[in-house]
Amino acid sequence: MGEDISEYGGAFGVAGDLHKKYPARVLSTPISEGSFTGVAVGLAMTGYRPVVEIMFMDFLTLAMDQIVNHAANIHYMYGGQMACPLVIRTPAGGYRGYGPSHSKAMEAIFIGVPGLKVVAPSTPADAYGCMIEAVYDNNPVLFVEHKLLYNVEDDTACKHDESARLGRARIVREGKDVTVVSHSYGVTLASIAVSELAQEGIDAELIDLRSLKPLDTETIFASVKKTGRLVSVEEGSVFGGIGAEVVSQVTEVCLPYIDGRILRVGKPDVPIPASPEAEKHVLPDVKEIKIAIKNSLSWR
Amino acid sequence: MDNVLIYRKALLIRLFEEKVDWLFSRGKLGGTTHLCIGQEASAVGVVSALRPQDYVVSTHRGHGHLIAKGAVPWRIFAELLGRKDGYCMGKGGTQHICVTELNFLGTNGITGGGIPIATGAGLSIKLSGEDRVCVCFFGDGASNQGTFHESLNMASVWKLPVIYVCENNMYGMSTRFSDISKFEDIAIRAASYGIPSLIVDGMDAEKVREAAVRMVEVARDGRGPALLETKTYRFCGHSKSDPKSYRTRDEEAEWKARDPLLKMEAVLLKKMKVEDLDAIKEETRKEIEDAYEKACASKVLDRAESIGGVYAASETPGEAARARKLTLQA
Repeated sequence: MGEDISEYGGAFGVAGDLHKKYPARVLSTPISEGSFTGVAVGLAMTGYRPVVEIMFMDFLTLAMDQIVNHAANIHYMYGGQMACPLVIRTPAGGYRGYGPSHSKAMEAIFIGVPGLKVVAPSTPADAYGCMIEAVYDNNPVLFVEHKLLYNVEDDTACKHDESARLGRARIVREGKDVTVVSHSYGVTLASIAVSELAQEGIDAELIDLRSLKPLDTETIFASVKKTGRLVSVEEGSVFGGIGAEVVSQVTEVCLPYIDGRILRVGKPDVPIPASPEAEKHVLPDVKEIKIAIKNSLSWR
Repeated sequence: MDNVLIYRKALLIRLFEEKVDWLFSRGKLGGTTHLCIGQEASAVGVVSALRPQDYVVSTHRGHGHLIAKGAVPWRIFAELLGRKDGYCMGKGGTQHICVTELNFLGTNGITGGGIPIATGAGLSIKLSGEDRVCVCFFGDGASNQGTFHESLNMASVWKLPVIYVCENNMYGMSTRFSDISKFEDIAIRAASYGIPSLIVDGMDAEKVREAAVRMVEVARDGRGPALLETKTYRFCGHSKSDPKSYRTRDEEAEWKARDPLLKMEAVLLKKMKVEDLDAIKEETRKEIEDAYEKACASKVLDRAESIGGVYAASETPGEAARARKLTLQA
């Protein structure tokens, strides 16, 4: 269910021609995020597995009550009588000049909601695998899709394998000098940074978190214990961001292994401006990531 | 449902609520509560028009709806006491009580929070072709939430079998409805969504029942949603600490003279002896006392129970697919 997902195929074309294949199960809604998310909660409570599209991640704010006070609470507060197997998928992210209310990568706000899982895949294969898992997961799952990743193609991706992705990170590149963690479009930027730095002899290990909640701390800790350094990269705000959580947990567990600096790359505490030049100053880029990685290598 | 049964239900609600009020006043119950004393006819009248398989979504003032739907007092007491045998293991408390086996989809702590959920249950019924309807209780306060308007719009367009029941007791906490709305009636809003509506005397269980039967028929016949407004009054405050300074004692007396239980008793006494009626009252009083005692014996949660149960266990896609013989390939 969602806005404009029938003939129009969804604002970003993700729904495609599902309405033709499964007309009874594709519902275009009025512009009522606050309530149609609740309609999906009601569906989930009565035996269905609804997938709700919220057109831009920024609009999740309209659905906060049904997500936070209802969906996420249901299994716990009803003493386990009821589950809420709901998937909320939403296009996120900037770099397109859409301005402050159409550009956010605000997943960090949602990791603080107990009962809600959050995934943010960065590859077609992971998008496919995570979606299947999310649908079959009996908990509400926020599925964050980055708009710029819609263009990434991979014909071999859509084959189901039974490897678990929720709660499991993916090691993109093994390395020994520094651990770089990221998710969603941040992985794309970090990959470029890491491969450029490899030519300068810096051997970074890049981890794609994939699942923000549950967070794969096992993989992160093992990596940091090996490299002794950590750089977290995200598109969202540094203050109170995903990196804030990762770094806090790493500090609690891996401090004796740290042999350099722990740094975070992300957006400053600023709304995302519409002007493309201004947006470039606000959102992170490859250059910033490379600087952070180099700075992480030592205290001096 | 015959008059005696309806009366017994209403009396059970009344005595339950009075016991809860008493327990709060003596510091034996924690948190807060929202009692429906005076509104019993609205609850029993509507629910008596339903069948066990029909869904009910309720409000923060939901003990009456719960009992009308068949919830047992001892487990509601246990929930209010925060004990393991509470319907929700004490984790939900008065405002978040769900009883799956009764198709009771929850009392709700957010004003208007249940309205979209009831709408979703309606959509669920329609998609599956099940022979059910869903009743959604809400108050005059909730009729100004966006969720009311958005949900009625969707239900009307998708023709969902939902009966929206507005228990208009004239006050959203301390705010008189007519001070924050242009019109006194809420049922007229149905016209904006093109759905049938009725206004009924919420202090008369028989009238409420008749009206509910008509509205339920609309939904069951596949003619879409309906809106029923019951004009009612809560004799008690909004919550436990309400001095009711926003209404006059005269107004309260006026409505108390129309006490739904007195009305029902008057009708029953035409065919029943006073002694028999007193016997019912005594029986019910004892039922409540026994229920409370039983609830008190239930255990409190330990640490593991308190912090556990956040996430539901899930099947892996492979398991689920094999169980349902589905294919995961496009």
